[in-house]
Amino acid sequence: MKRRDAMEAVYGHLDRCVVVTIMGAVAAELQSIGHRPNFFYLQHAMGLASSMGLGIALARPELKVVVFDGDGSVLMNLGGLTTLARYRPRNLVHVVFDNESLLSVGGFPTATSTGTDIAGMAAAAGIERTSTVSTLETFRAGFTEALATDDLTTIVAKVEAVGPAGYVTDLSLLENRYQFQRFLRGG
Amino acid sequence: MPVSIANSKLIYESLKDVGVRLLSALPETWLVHLIRMAEDDREMQLVRLAKEEEGVGISAGAHLAGVSSAMLMQNHGFLASVNGIVSCAQLYRIPLLMLISHRGEFGERDPWQTEGGGVTIHVLDALRIPHERLDSPEQVRPRIRKAHTLAASASRPVALLLCRDLMWEES
Repeated sequence: MKRRDAMEAVYGHLDRCVVVTIMGAVAAELQSIGHRPNFFYLQHAMGLASSMGLGIALARPELKVVVFDGDGSVLMNLGGLTTLARYRPRNLVHVVFDNESLLSVGGFPTATSTGTDIAGMAAAAGIERTSTVSTLETFRAGFTEALATDDLTTIVAKVEAVGPAGYVTDLSLLENRYQFQRFLRGG
Repeated sequence: MPVSIANSKLIYESLKDVGVRLLSALPETWLVHLIRMAEDDREMQLVRLAKEEEGVGISAGAHLAGVSSAMLMQNHGFLASVNGIVSCAQLYRIPLLMLISHRGEFGERDPWQTEGGGVTIHVLDALRIPHERLDSPEQVRPRIRKAHTLAASASRPVALLLCRDLMWEES
């Protein structure tokens, strides 16, 4: 499964969600599919996309929050899995695209390439609904089910280590930030 | 444990008065009463962290979503959060109100706290984060209010140092 195809497969659901992504391929590919004012791309601060998602989910329980995370980022904030589990925001779907590498900085392998199981760690942290999927069909089904379910879900989507040609897009960081804030605050 | 309940209460009420409704925290001795007050307050969302840097992301998300927040941490927790402060809060112009217990100054008895005290202000300065000390009760309310105002108008992190003479009732 390619990450871009996975995001494209669920893109139709994202207009009624609030989406926070990590930097790198996830941000560039989602923008290439089509940016929306309810999408925020955390273009640095690796590890904190899930924490931002938690902050939004706690602040605004009426919103459905989707975090598009990655294996490298999750590995930088493993403690964050325990905080997610502890507060169990029922309006948050945590997707981890696991390509077993740090793709945007040369493709060096992460620990998931040697057996570290992120869904297993999420489950051990206390997140009750976790799964690992590796096909488009199972990803689409798992994501749709997670959106429909009123509970915190972590879905680890195993994807190929291929990405876009470049990572810098024409959406400036602060433009994205203020547009997203306006969307969240209904302005 | 001679942590000042009265001054903790003053800090807590000042945070409530400026509209803080989400508090992320990692326990440390000087912060125990503040954390308990947040725990007992139905109007406050307390988020207990595994590591302080998470609090930067949580506050950023809460801010964009319209909820005012603050971070409660020890200076060593601030040191552990530096990348999040720089590459989330500063990069994205997030008004972050940080309350940092300033361990390791004169009077510190715990040997393990003594390195952090000497570098905290230098790191704040290097990061261009405006900061003030809270040494006495009469400073608490106005400085929290002014720190909150500057964070909002500048859209940047600001820090208040919770110092020994305010937090610890023992000479």
